Amino acid sequence: MPVRVNTTDPEFLAMLQERYAGFVGSAERADMEFDVDLAPPRFSDPEADVRVTRSQGRWLLERGDFRAEWSPALRRGWVRQSANPYSIDAVLRIVHTLVLARQGGFLLHSASAIRNGRAFLFAGVSGAGKTTISRLAPPDATLLTDEISYVRRQESGYIAFGTPFTGELAKLGENVSAPVAALYLLAQGPENRIDAISSAEAARRLLANVLFFAEDEELVQSAFHSAFEFVSRVPVSQLTFVPDARVWELIR
Amino acid sequence: MSRLYLARNPRVAARALDGEMMIMSGRDSTLFTLNKTATIIWQSADGSTPLDEIVERKICVEFDVERSAALHDAESLARELASHEILQISEQPIPPRNPAGESR
Repeated sequence: MPVRVNTTDPEFLAMLQERYAGFVGSAERADMEFDVDLAPPRFSDPEADVRVTRSQGRWLLERGDFRAEWSPALRRGWVRQSANPYSIDAVLRIVHTLVLARQGGFLLHSASAIRNGRAFLFAGVSGAGKTTISRLAPPDATLLTDEISYVRRQESGYIAFGTPFTGELAKLGENVSAPVAALYLLAQGPENRIDAISSAEAARRLLANVLFFAEDEELVQSAFHSAFEFVSRVPVSQLTFVPDARVWELIR
Repeated sequence: MSRLYLARNPRVAARALDGEMMIMSGRDSTLFTLNKTATIIWQSADGSTPLDEIVERKICVEFDVERSAALHDAESLARELASHEILQISEQPIPPRNPAGESR
């Protein structure tokens, strides 16, 4: 989903090019376009909750360090922030959750990697092991992300894409994609093993890991039903692992 | 004693899977999993069937419980679900609004 970012500040542009290295392209057509209006830094609470609301067909995104607006109909928006990469990163994540929700996809708190042409997702809250399993990935696995997986719905199933949204590993994913073969819900334990879970449990735990910011009933309904659709099509199980590369012997 | 009527809030998302009813609040995205009794109440909450009938015809039959105790528990449960805006409750029949968001 090509995103065009317009700025008149060359230093900010260079900052973004470095931040999103590997994901910078020259597509003629953009699915989203943002004008960035840089403002002087001001005090803001980095822990402040983000607010995402809809009014007259436009989404308003607000956090201590930015204000932004996104029009789905026009596929355009603006961001007002200081010259830092974190604010626009948050805006892009949020807008992608809005766009994907309409299409039956989502951003998921999960690491993901491609192996043998198939994508595997490893979901869990902070501390569950997303960074660890990413770090243990063998050379033949292509890391898509260690933090936020990008999942799109297609007619034949689901596709996972690499993202520049990093976690503790601070390593960008590869800009590639593959059909989703499985979702593993991470748990750490004394041995490596995969356990089946019920569809209801799978849906509940998937929903707990879907990134969702909007205070919007229609979008909540979309995200809710998308999660059930996903678990009806993609195998979901629990992956218990010790911090040992042998866990990847189970992921093929 | 007045009768209590219940109606599903059409603004929540609901889905039954593996015999469990899951409901997500459209207001704040909170996810609820209903137990069997709450699921019966939710599925029977059509706005026109009073709670005492739901208890007598469905809950007492399903769980073999004494009617007055079951009605007391069901009222508490219904009020709790209403506090989360999953159900509407009223002492009058509740006219239908939009179709509920439930699907299977």
